[in-house]
Amino acid sequence: MSIRPLLEARAIAKYFGGVKALHDVSLTIAEGEIYGLIGPNGAGKTTFFNVLTGLYRPDGGELIFAGDKLQASAPHKAARRGIARTFQNIRLFGNMSAMENVMVGRHVRTRAGVLGAVLHNRKTVAEEAAIRRRAEELLHYVDIADRADDLAKHLSYGDQRRLEIARALATDPKLLALDEPAAGMNGAETGELRLLIEGIRKDGVTVLLIEHDVKLVMGLCDHVAVLDYGQKICEDVPAVVQKDPRVIEAYLGGELA
Amino acid sequence: MNAPTRPIFFDALRRNKSTAIAATVALGIVLAALPFLIGSHLGNSWLRILDFALLYIMLALGLNIVVGFAGLLDLGYIAFYAVGAYLYALLASPHFGLHLPVWLIIPAGAALSGIFGVLLGAPTLRLRGDYLAIVTLGFGEIVRIFLNNLNAPINITNGPQGISGIDPIRLGGVTLAKPIDFLGITVPSLHAYYYLFLALALLIVFITIRLENSRIGRAWVAIREDEIAAKACGIDTRNIKLLAFAMGASFGGVAGGLFAGFQAFVSPESFSLMESVMVLCMVVLGGMGNIPGVILGGVLLTLLPEIFRHGAGPVQQAIFGKVLLDPEALRMLLFGLALIVVMLYRPAGLWPSTTRRREFRGDAA
Ligand SMILES: Nc1ncnc2c1ncn2[C@@H]1O[C@H](COP(=O)(O)OP(=O)(O)OP(=O)(O)O)[C@@H](O)[C@H]1O
Ligand SMILES: [Mg+2]
Repeated sequence: MSIRPLLEARAIAKYFGGVKALHDVSLTIAEGEIYGLIGPNGAGKTTFFNVLTGLYRPDGGELIFAGDKLQASAPHKAARRGIARTFQNIRLFGNMSAMENVMVGRHVRTRAGVLGAVLHNRKTVAEEAAIRRRAEELLHYVDIADRADDLAKHLSYGDQRRLEIARALATDPKLLALDEPAAGMNGAETGELRLLIEGIRKDGVTVLLIEHDVKLVMGLCDHVAVLDYGQKICEDVPAVVQKDPRVIEAYLGGELA
Repeated sequence: MNAPTRPIFFDALRRNKSTAIAATVALGIVLAALPFLIGSHLGNSWLRILDFALLYIMLALGLNIVVGFAGLLDLGYIAFYAVGAYLYALLASPHFGLHLPVWLIIPAGAALSGIFGVLLGAPTLRLRGDYLAIVTLGFGEIVRIFLNNLNAPINITNGPQGISGIDPIRLGGVTLAKPIDFLGITVPSLHAYYYLFLALALLIVFITIRLENSRIGRAWVAIREDEIAAKACGIDTRNIKLLAFAMGASFGGVAGGLFAGFQAFVSPESFSLMESVMVLCMVVLGGMGNIPGVILGGVLLTLLPEIFRHGAGPVQQAIFGKVLLDPEALRMLLFGLALIVVMLYRPAGLWPSTTRRREFRGDAA
């Protein structure tokens, strides 16, 4: 099912002193798929996200997104190009309301400057109303509309994860990168999350998913890549990945260590 | 449960239009009558203090954009006040023999201060918290030291003596330095300055409120809350931070220009670190990030030290029969005490935003 690739990572490397957090990692994510990125703790998954979203400058390799090279180390440009993400340790704007958090996500798709804000010209007023409308829609979409006016930091853990997804979706991404969205969720919550991710894909957004919950990854993803000590050791459909001896070795080795 | 993000008071006003109009009219009358009430009951020295309170409100609102909204600790803010003041002094005084009109100098002061804001902001973009505080503190001192020393080899600032004989503010050919006849009422000079300062302070309040509730204002707060998440949301944090520095500085520049015209004299002494600290205290004590709180902070911290100064002597005289402690020293002592008490009992400031209030109470709304 190789349709157009949305993201191509070519030989990405990232080193922290002696630690090879990423080494020669290449992977291809097709448009419209859910792509899983798994691996033991410290394998380099989050580091890959940080390189992808421009927070880290890679020490080697390049990223091709929607046919064009991604500029390294320019997070706001990655967002403008259509890459949105959530964080492993939730990073919300804690003292802003849930609504405002999502409204901030619209920043990159709106234009009003100081003059527009102060003069309230017709264009700015219309834009502001559209931001508000879209944010409300997204809060409904992730099913936390009733918490719109609450401070983000007062939401429950599961709701915070959902809010982060809503904020990321507010940037109109082509690729949504989720870093362990099910971490700390119970079975029921994970089930709802799964439905949400499937819905997002159905709405045309490609999803890149880091997750430790193997059942979730295998049930949800079209393709899975496995990282171990910064290297890609396997990339295939879930059924094949599950049986790959290197993968089993990496996970067992990780558990025994 | 939906908790209101706005104070109940303003909600009530919004729901009830006629109440809102009545409240606005009442506030307008009080503000218009204030200089006459104070002038006739307390005298001119308190009128001057009132005028200064308005200047400090402008400064506090400017610094609030940088510290309160964007969360960038700036300890050199008074430098922008100095830039505005010296620009006015150089362009409208016998020092260079230039006498440019106010409507030109004040906007130019705002612009030049804004540029200085960017100059300060650009090298400090990666700094936060303590480090930023130290660098901005240095910046404030550098500006003051330059003003102190730029009298040789070419005399630009006239050094520590400062510049005197500055033109008073003139509006439409009418100088505010002398009583003005307005519709048969004689408006004394200090009153006229009050009305001008009030108008500009209200303008700055208006601009700040509009900015706060805009895409730009939300971006500032997002940076304060989590810079990395803000970047991931597509906010160009560099530009948005520079914008905060520039906006905040430009308010300071306006206040500085008005100060120079009002005082008719500027010298580097007026722009010491203590002044920066004072304005920062107004922002923090009033309620960081909350516009009414910041205004309250500006008013209180202008008035309280003066009340202590004026009151300390007579009160001691009455109680002990003589003045035991120098009123000037006592003033700073009481001032410090007041700050500590407020920070202990109202850590979010005297009038925090509802959000902050909830934050400090830590209740799950
Ligand atoms: N900023 C950093 N500075 C130094 N070392 C880092 C940094 N970020 C990550 N590392 C190291 O790089 C390696 C990969 O870390 P990374 O966070 O990408 O792992 P991960 O696959 O996301 O693990 P987990 O499943 O625990 O989240 C680890 O050895 C980590 O210690
Ligand atoms: Mg990780």
